[in-house]
Amino acid sequence: MTTEFYRWTENTWRSPDIDWHKAETIVAGIDVGSVSSQAIILADDKIYAFCNTRTGSNSPDSARKALSIVLNGTDMKLENIQFIVGTGYGRVNIPMAKKAITEIACHARGANYMGGPAVKTILDMGGQDLKGIHCDEKGKVTQFLMNDKCAAGTGRGMEVMAELLQVPIVDVGKMSLDVKEEPEPVSSTCVIFAKSEAIGLLRSGWTKNMVLAAYCAAMAHRVVGLLERIGIEKEFVITGGIAKNIGVVSRIEKELNIKAMPLKPDPQIAGGLGAALFARDLLLKSKKTA
Amino acid sequence: MITAGIDVGAKTIKVVIVKDNKVVAHAMNPTGFEPLESAEKTMDEAAKQAGIQRKDINKIYATGAGRKNIPFANHNITEVTADAKGTNYLLPSVRTIVDIGAEEARGIASDAAGKVIDFAKNDKCAAGAGAFVESMSRALEVTVPQMIEISHKSTKEAPINATCAVFAESEVVSLIHSKIEKADIANAVHDAIASRVCSMVRRIPIEKDVALVGGVANNSAIVAAMKKHLGVEVVVPEKPEFVGALGAALLAAA
Repeated sequence: MTTEFYRWTENTWRSPDIDWHKAETIVAGIDVGSVSSQAIILADDKIYAFCNTRTGSNSPDSARKALSIVLNGTDMKLENIQFIVGTGYGRVNIPMAKKAITEIACHARGANYMGGPAVKTILDMGGQDLKGIHCDEKGKVTQFLMNDKCAAGTGRGMEVMAELLQVPIVDVGKMSLDVKEEPEPVSSTCVIFAKSEAIGLLRSGWTKNMVLAAYCAAMAHRVVGLLERIGIEKEFVITGGIAKNIGVVSRIEKELNIKAMPLKPDPQIAGGLGAALFARDLLLKSKKTA
Repeated sequence: MITAGIDVGAKTIKVVIVKDNKVVAHAMNPTGFEPLESAEKTMDEAAKQAGIQRKDINKIYATGAGRKNIPFANHNITEVTADAKGTNYLLPSVRTIVDIGAEEARGIASDAAGKVIDFAKNDKCAAGAGAFVESMSRALEVTVPQMIEISHKSTKEAPINATCAVFAESEVVSLIHSKIEKADIANAVHDAIASRVCSMVRRIPIEKDVALVGGVANNSAIVAAMKKHLGVEVVVPEKPEFVGALGAALLAAA
């Protein structure tokens, strides 16, 4: 079997000390993105469990897969979940979701939960899009900008480069920082052209680390361009898969001269977590009116 | 008077030799990673074809993305200038030239003498250039000639956004999974490229006749899609990939 270098680590997490049976509300958020899908379960207002998996060829199956992974090993059943909200690129095609909410609203809400009310600017670096979002202290979106037309600066672009250089994608960031001197960024905007450029650089004697450094720098530069159009206010956070790439994150921080506040437990779940929080709001509202 | 034009493109190097206003040789090789070596080789092949020695060539003009790195060229000119001149020689009635190369596309408005009046270009994005066709043929697991052939057999429109070559590749994969005919996908891809190129070309005045040049002009499916999108007849000269090199050779003789 050939190695799939683009494959990032899928992960699951469950709270060791929450007994969901005691919770009054059990809700879930499912984020079916273009590349990755997440399911998050909240027991009252606490994260009970989450998982992060690769999106398959269709949205309903990807949503089912994420849910079955997050429920696996627990005694919770789908029927125990009182309200599910779907978000992400495939949100309109999530059969078990009672409502679909845009990923922009969900990312802001999720980032606000993880980072607190000080979070004002969110950079979401997704599989196939880039978003710059401003929100208020409650996590409500006040302004946003997005690019979903071009792979430059997205996770897909990074996957293409990892495959080309045959470097596992999870090692890209670290390797890109292991260079004697920071090289000039890759000059091509288009990922297809950047690929040819990278091959040329390797041929001229550059190490893989140097090419990765040049690509991470180019990606950071592109993202900063988008962010500067909406402006950056503290606290600044990064969500999405690329938030886990230290090579891109550190270069964005350097170019902006601002540190990104780290998000716990996982910056990639912001969208799904936001969806789960909206699910809880909707459930509580329906209980009140009932 | 013997002159040569060398067009150092992103993907291929082309040489045309002109003797007393007549074309006497065409040669082409992949640019590869050693463009200069490839340029020398292509010059040698062209000279041999023309039955002359390289020292018999009075003047050499270079054009194309790598035009500045050809030490044996006497001068270099832009692709836009070269395209206008080369097209005017082959098809004197043409006033609008569309050149689609491997990594670039251009729209050029020219006068009756083959001089540039206005132009527009895209060199930032592969959607709308030859590289897009190649990456889609890989996704469809067919060769480019096969892709052109099946594209003409398409009967249905396939839904494809194809604003980005990287995203289009995933789109094509999911269309294949959902059992859409390869012919319809191939047709949708050609249509998408033509649509992108045309929206760029519309930034300049479009006047008849319209010619399509560059390597992608050999793709009959794109020619058909260009006609549809521009709503006018599109003519393709013989050996369209050599138009830039020809223009450079003609300008060297001027």
